[in-house]
Amino acid sequence: MTIFRSLFDVIGPVMVGPSSSHTAGAVRIGLAARSIFGQQPDQVDITLYGSFAHTYQGHGTDLALIAGLLGYSLESTEIKKAYRLAEQEGMKVTVTTSDEIVEHPNTASVLMKKGERSMRVTGISTGGGLIDLIEIDGFDVHVTCEEPVILVFHRDRPGLIARVTHILADEKVNVSQMEVSRKARGETALMLIATDGEIPERALRGIELIDDVKSIVFLSALKREP
Amino acid sequence: MKADDFAHIIEQCEKDQLTLSAYFLRAELALGEMDEAAVLEKMEKNLQVMEEGVRQGLEGVQSYSGLSGGDARRILDYREQGSPLGDSLYLEAAMKAVAVNEVNAAMGIICATPTAGSSGVVPGVLLACRDRLKMDRRAQLNFLITCGGCGMVIGNMASLSGAAGGCQAEVGSASAMAAAALVEAAGGSPFQSGHALAIALKNLLGLTCDPVASLVEVPCIKRNTTGAINAMMAAELALAGVTSKIPVDQVIQAMGSIGRMMPVALRETALGGLAQTPEALKITRQLEEEGHFDQESP
Repeated sequence: MTIFRSLFDVIGPVMVGPSSSHTAGAVRIGLAARSIFGQQPDQVDITLYGSFAHTYQGHGTDLALIAGLLGYSLESTEIKKAYRLAEQEGMKVTVTTSDEIVEHPNTASVLMKKGERSMRVTGISTGGGLIDLIEIDGFDVHVTCEEPVILVFHRDRPGLIARVTHILADEKVNVSQMEVSRKARGETALMLIATDGEIPERALRGIELIDDVKSIVFLSALKREP
Repeated sequence: MKADDFAHIIEQCEKDQLTLSAYFLRAELALGEMDEAAVLEKMEKNLQVMEEGVRQGLEGVQSYSGLSGGDARRILDYREQGSPLGDSLYLEAAMKAVAVNEVNAAMGIICATPTAGSSGVVPGVLLACRDRLKMDRRAQLNFLITCGGCGMVIGNMASLSGAAGGCQAEVGSASAMAAAALVEAAGGSPFQSGHALAIALKNLLGLTCDPVASLVEVPCIKRNTTGAINAMMAAELALAGVTSKIPVDQVIQAMGSIGRMMPVALRETALGGLAQTPEALKITRQLEEEGHFDQESP
């Protein structure tokens, strides 16, 4: 059950209507996907499931996702012009609905492409603007974007986790949560490290330089209101 | 703050000679996250969002489904034409509540109070009554603080979500919050605020959440008028010395219990009630078939 602690849990958030789950949450999924991809995609294929698929037009869920993918924030009144903005910025968009049964009613999947690169991110909107990314590039994950997270894509090798956490320890970064996911033994794996505070640039560069690390992404906490 | 009940809060207010807003502000500061200036500044921003929402809504907005918009403007014109029953604070509150909730439906910026679907009630009441009650800016912020505090008590004891408790938990709670805050703004006691809250919530018990085509438009927007007017009526009854026979905490608990008994079809799923009327199903089909809304409209 939700516990209301603060006055602002009741008076707020300030948000784009009409629904915190179908609009505000969708903007955040778009923003998170864009950050993880690391650049603005040329092409985005959005698939909507469950309640998102049935009610997206009335709630502007598609507009919210596209605006997020373009980097617009929650309180932007430009969100409703998302299709036109995407066209102006040269980002092609397709929106498809799926009647596939999914675990959560508010599920959206975005396939982002730029040149040869492509990446899929799937997220769910769990209410009040809260989200949970459940898939990143084929890996099953849980990322709520409430705290900073480092995503380390790496080869599945013994000792790698120790090398990464060693660097964080040296920089006095406290790890609050950690998750490792892989597609198959010895193949690419994804390490997710949530931390209590922001992470010094030096630590990120240090991790990036580790031999078996393919790439890293630093995902800042995403605000839930302006 | 702890999940206090109202009996305890009112007792504390009487003991320490506090208004409800002073009590709730003290509880907020006790969280240790913000100082008083920061709390007031953040509330001021919320108030400005409400004012801007009323302004936009009265200019006239349109939702993407085409199901809503323009009614606040219609009420404004009706009032200005001096219609026989039109010139009242109550109609002004209804109009402003519609304005904000139409802006919500049209993807404008709103402040959830406590939710997006019920975001018209609190601004409707406050922005209609503030001049009549000669409320200065701080009194207006206090109004929102009292609303927030009362909402916390209701949310922790029952629910503030349509999916959990039906519309009684959204518009009902918003109305109860506004009623309590209005009593304070009019110079009433915390004891009277408690009765106003109880009366307002009792009047809306059982209200279902059955939105047409799953959109936060029909019947949500018009229900914000009921929430606003009901809040003002409950506040005036309490100020007149009318009391709720059922104590406020028990009324809130009854709302929670009704919510739990309510079938899922009447809790934001659009599987029952108004959402399943022939007209609603026709509208839903049309919206689905048309692929409908003009993505570029206002």
